[in-house]
Amino acid sequence: MTEGFLFQALIYLTAAIVCVPIAKRLGMGSVLGYLLAGIAIGPYALGFIGREGQDIMHFAEFGVVMMLFLIGLELEPSHFWRLRHRILGMGSAQIIVTSLALCAGMMLMNFNWKTALASSLALAMSSTAIVLQSMKEKGLGDTEAGKSSFSVLLFQDIAVIPILALLPLLAVSTGHGMGAPSKAILEGLPGWLQTAAVLGAGGAVVLAGRFVIVPFLRVVAKTHLRELLTAAALLIVIATAFLMQLVGLSPALGAFLAGVVLANSEFRHELESDIEPFKGLFLGLFFIAVGASINFKLLVDSPMQIISLVFAVIAIKTIVLLGTGKLFKITVDQNLIFAVGLSQVGEFAFVLFGFMHQLHILPDHLTDIMMAVTAFSMTITPLLLFINERFILLRFGTLEESGKEADIIDVQHPVIIAGFGDFGSTIGRFLRANGIAATILDNDSDRVDLLRKMGFKVFYGDAARTDILKSAGADEARVLITAVAAPSTNCDLVEKIQKHYPHLTIMVRVKDREDAYEILDMGVRDVYRESLDTSIRLGVDVLVKLGYRRYSATRAGQNFLKYDEAALLELAPHRHDEKSYIYNAREQITLQEQLLANDREVNPTINDHAWESDLRKDQEGDR
Amino acid sequence: MNHFRSTLANDENDMSTPAGIIPQEGEGTREGAHFHAKRVLILFAHPRFEKSRVNRALISTLPASDTLTLHDLYELYPDYNIDVETEKQLLLAHDILIWHHPFYMYSAPAIMKQWLDLVLEYGWAHGAGGDFLKDKTAFNVITTGGTREAYRSDGFNRFTIREFLCPFEQTARLCKMTYLPPFTVQGTYRLTDGELSRHAADYAFLLQQLGADAYSREEMEQFAFLNDWIEAKKRTQGP
Repeated sequence: MTEGFLFQALIYLTAAIVCVPIAKRLGMGSVLGYLLAGIAIGPYALGFIGREGQDIMHFAEFGVVMMLFLIGLELEPSHFWRLRHRILGMGSAQIIVTSLALCAGMMLMNFNWKTALASSLALAMSSTAIVLQSMKEKGLGDTEAGKSSFSVLLFQDIAVIPILALLPLLAVSTGHGMGAPSKAILEGLPGWLQTAAVLGAGGAVVLAGRFVIVPFLRVVAKTHLRELLTAAALLIVIATAFLMQLVGLSPALGAFLAGVVLANSEFRHELESDIEPFKGLFLGLFFIAVGASINFKLLVDSPMQIISLVFAVIAIKTIVLLGTGKLFKITVDQNLIFAVGLSQVGEFAFVLFGFMHQLHILPDHLTDIMMAVTAFSMTITPLLLFINERFILLRFGTLEESGKEADIIDVQHPVIIAGFGDFGSTIGRFLRANGIAATILDNDSDRVDLLRKMGFKVFYGDAARTDILKSAGADEARVLITAVAAPSTNCDLVEKIQKHYPHLTIMVRVKDREDAYEILDMGVRDVYRESLDTSIRLGVDVLVKLGYRRYSATRAGQNFLKYDEAALLELAPHRHDEKSYIYNAREQITLQEQLLANDREVNPTINDHAWESDLRKDQEGDR
Repeated sequence: MNHFRSTLANDENDMSTPAGIIPQEGEGTREGAHFHAKRVLILFAHPRFEKSRVNRALISTLPASDTLTLHDLYELYPDYNIDVETEKQLLLAHDILIWHHPFYMYSAPAIMKQWLDLVLEYGWAHGAGGDFLKDKTAFNVITTGGTREAYRSDGFNRFTIREFLCPFEQTARLCKMTYLPPFTVQGTYRLTDGELSRHAADYAFLLQQLGADAYSREEMEQFAFLNDWIEAKKRTQGP
């Protein structure tokens, strides 16, 4: 094996860059891509990396730490409060019932109760990294399933603290010796002292967040060096993680705590954008490491055992999750997304199994098996999600109303609206008010249900899929409106439609000028910036409040709109003059500068002298 | 200028006009009052009111009265989307209707035509069953750049003001309303401040006389312009 940092980096990055786009292309999400990349370069396929994959994994767990820091940052107290019932109720129900079921199962298989209890607690964890990433990619974050998943995952992440605290107790009673040297200085201390240390560390993070980190960040910000702030952000995460490891706690939890504390500071967005890219890379690395560390030898030696274990665990978790969802009255298809999504064993299980191994709760062989089960379950999650989405949900989403749908399909619907959030629904309502029937595509099944009840013709599913477009009547329609909020989805959709349904007039909602350029570059002319009209309308009202006549202000607004639309088209080609590697933010600034310069040259209202009598005074003398 | 009614909801600036409500049926006709008060509605249309010295002067000296309503069309309907129902109610609540506007291309600004076309519906204002405006009074108040002499058959504009106003006159007739001669402020480019304030005072006087029902229609119709009637009236009343 060729050693050296550069070679390793080369392998990892190449694997990621080859596999992830392929996986995304196939609609399987980036997580599976990373996992496959790991398997490919791992010891059982190409063999570029050997057992050191395990070490990489410890390193890459840092991605999980960063992810939890970010989750903490995004978790505003009010958000937390809104979800409190879900977090406490669903979270505790899921962990307790799953653990008990798994524990009972393992005890039936003649495991010692301590081993069974410890392992089942670890197996009850789901993968925050995989689930949140997948939900985000599929745009399901705001659905019932998304919110429920988030709640349960959050509860699990928090539950890791007491579980980690509980594990030594299980070990003490088996009378373990100080086998492996451990970094945790607290090991061997009496239980109450450990607990005190844990609480102390938590308190330290909270206090430091309030009274040390924020003033420290202010000082750093004053230097106006961007990279210094990035360094500070990394320092915060690493320092917290280190402190937590020192007292034997999960670094991820510490980071989460630090994130929550900093969520209310003015640096929240700054920290978020600084850490985000690191998190992405480290998480990717983490998944690659998981893929690479899967012990295929174990699978070859006793395939039935591993496979049946994996499926047993997944089945039990899914059933419990479905029950939990049902208890909390989630609709069937949302419940399926939720349950299947959380059915894998999460990355915390690696941490917990490692700890158990250290404490001799788990023997070597069993640790290997458990790690393998965890890794396999994580690997097949994206596949399960894929199958769920493509085959089970699709059937579910459309079967419900299939009787009705058959006759609606005969009706010609000239307009298709993709994305029925606030933006899309306003268009839909407007069209309906004018007697135009629109077919609606949306991937939030709850909303789909509601809209169907209101008599809209709605299809559940991802609008960027040609089969869905076809069943929505893209062949007969005349106009397709993409009202999706995510710019990338819009691009995707436009590309698909241009390729498969060139006869459709595409009308695109875009977020801002940058997005507009992207769509304009694709040859679409009907581009609608979502806030343009509204901000001009507000500006008109400002003029009125300042004493302008309403009609003059309205005309000024109309002129500005016309001018701004024209400027958009005019500046579109110049965008490519800039060297393409210009940093995005810089590009924005350049663009704004160009606009402002233009505004100075052509003020759209200053030359509007309509109906001004003063100007004609001089020429009217002869009358 | 917070002394007459306006249909606008805010009075945050002097370009628009203060708040007020439509006078109710019967208001101003108190039992025992020695005159029958007429309710006057000014339909005002100027797309650039803020730049019009003359019209600002006319509007700012409107007399204080509960029975006078100023209805500023461009301020209310900057998108030309006239609320017909509101306008009809407004018309029903008044006795005298004034089309007050500058004289653009020998006619009224666009929103005034929009108003005529939308509000004076067949079956309501005219035609079968269109009796709702019957016996009300209407006339124009206009400001022109050209002088009175320019509006003569031998003048620059070749026709008289009254001839140019034929569409309004016939519209009023169609709606079974009485049409009075116009009140005009002409030669606006050359008006001195003194002349302007005299015109404004005349307009205020006219509105007072109308509101107090202190006029005779037949008398007014003898003049080509209400300006002349005012002059005659003032002369007979004495200083």
